[in-house]
Amino acid sequence: MRPTRLPLHALLLVALLAVQGLGAPTFAQAQLHQVPGQNSPTSKEQVPLYVPQDDKLIGRVSIPDQKLAVLIQPEGREWREWRSHTLRLAIGGLAIGMTAVLAIFFLYRGTIRIHGGKAGRLVLRFNWLDRFAHWTMAVSFLTMALTGVILTFGRPLLIPLIGHRAFTALAEFSKSIHNFVSVPFVVGLLMIMGLWLRDNIPEKADWVWIRTAGGLFSKAGGHHPEAGRFNAGQKLVFWSIVLGGIGMAATGYLMMVPFAFTGIGGMQIIHVIHGLLAAGLIAAVIGHIYIGTIGMEGAFDAMGCGVVDENWAIEHHRRWYEEQLRKGYVEGRQPAE
Amino acid sequence: MARMKFLCDAERCIECNACVTACKNEHEVPWGINRRRLVTLNDGKPGERSISMACMHCNDPPCAAVCPVDCFLQTADGVVLHSKDLCIGCGYCFYACPFGAPQYPRTTDFGSRGKMDKCTFCAGGPEPDGSVEEYQKYGANRLAEGKLPLCAEMCSTRALMGGDGAVLADIYQERSLRRGYGSGAPGWSTAYGRNDRGSPFAPGGPGTGMAGTGGA
Repeated sequence: MRPTRLPLHALLLVALLAVQGLGAPTFAQAQLHQVPGQNSPTSKEQVPLYVPQDDKLIGRVSIPDQKLAVLIQPEGREWREWRSHTLRLAIGGLAIGMTAVLAIFFLYRGTIRIHGGKAGRLVLRFNWLDRFAHWTMAVSFLTMALTGVILTFGRPLLIPLIGHRAFTALAEFSKSIHNFVSVPFVVGLLMIMGLWLRDNIPEKADWVWIRTAGGLFSKAGGHHPEAGRFNAGQKLVFWSIVLGGIGMAATGYLMMVPFAFTGIGGMQIIHVIHGLLAAGLIAAVIGHIYIGTIGMEGAFDAMGCGVVDENWAIEHHRRWYEEQLRKGYVEGRQPAE
Repeated sequence: MARMKFLCDAERCIECNACVTACKNEHEVPWGINRRRLVTLNDGKPGERSISMACMHCNDPPCAAVCPVDCFLQTADGVVLHSKDLCIGCGYCFYACPFGAPQYPRTTDFGSRGKMDKCTFCAGGPEPDGSVEEYQKYGANRLAEGKLPLCAEMCSTRALMGGDGAVLADIYQERSLRRGYGSGAPGWSTAYGRNDRGSPFAPGGPGTGMAGTGGA
């Protein structure tokens, strides 16, 4: 019995395959070969030339460069709009807007004075390590901001002045500097995180500072909400620079190794994030520089020579001053107890 | 004057890569640079099509609009060229280009890019026609010799055509009418859809800086 059954099974299998096989090729053939049909053009004008292409078209390439498998990417149009208009509006608009707001504020408030006048006794605010970290970051940030602005605005603003050849030299130099200076920036960023993160953790007292806008608009008083080493405004600057700086560094390094981790769509998004963060940080740093220099009497000394006047410390950072007093960092005063 | 265009008939292309090879050989294109490439859509599936793609020499070139150093120019024939003396290799044109045409040689192990390189429509660069400098930077200038791009001349099935856009369109429409079907000219709506024809410009010319995107 057994020997006769096996061929029958095999026969059935063959028959089944044949039935499937007969149907499948005819179906596939219909799609593989286009033949003239009812939709065929009857005149030359009916043959389409311009076929709308709104989606990314991705195929396969046999060359090593796999990013070239993208045949058409209409998203380039949005990136072009970003690069040639939106980016310039964001950076220029925020920077000029911030400067205008500060100019108006300066006219209204002037330099914020130390109400009690200078006491003449100095309190240690930032030691050499604090200042080294700050100025490493500050110099590298300003260098990158300047070189970035040269590359962004150079074509409409500098080429008409200095010509194409000189601008190419400047742009190439700016590009290299922008890349290299990112290293000290990140070193400074890591240092300030290690040094100041603990003092910048938001606390309850920050609410009071935010509600009263830090006393910035109370012209007459000399009223300052109580604050520790850093007030809410300084914490805001700290976190903007730390988080923004991390974002800028991450996107920046990804752009130095283009297409290493993402395709063209990802690279375009990375560019946009880098640009938006740059616009925000440049504006924030303009505000930071204002209040640290002409905006407030005695503020620059903190980062300039590391010490502040006792009265400045009492007015702006009473809680921190008391700590410094206990630690014996106030010149000419013995630690309590 | 002719408006130079490329047209790749997807129904005819057999993915032989002769256009790619011809281009590489004619211009001594460095290793890793792909001025022209073949992309296969629906590979291995019904409806598979191969398309030969290079710079399409757009009417309103996005590369020229985003270039921070304004190194692009467009000839009266609509051919988009660039100056390697001005290019800083920033890579922005690749992000803006719909066709992935700009290519960059790698100059260091840290991934820094050299001057951009792309299809010149066999028309060289801004240097004097046929000069040694032009050949070294951009490859052969066949257009100045009265010849058309070698990739298209080399195409065995006449799928890839390069030349006066009006003539190409006419050939393609005639051909499609005879065979009864045609899926359109790949990339034409993207490259030439917004303006009717390219307007010549040089670095510092229109289409620079803060000016409008130049639609329709």
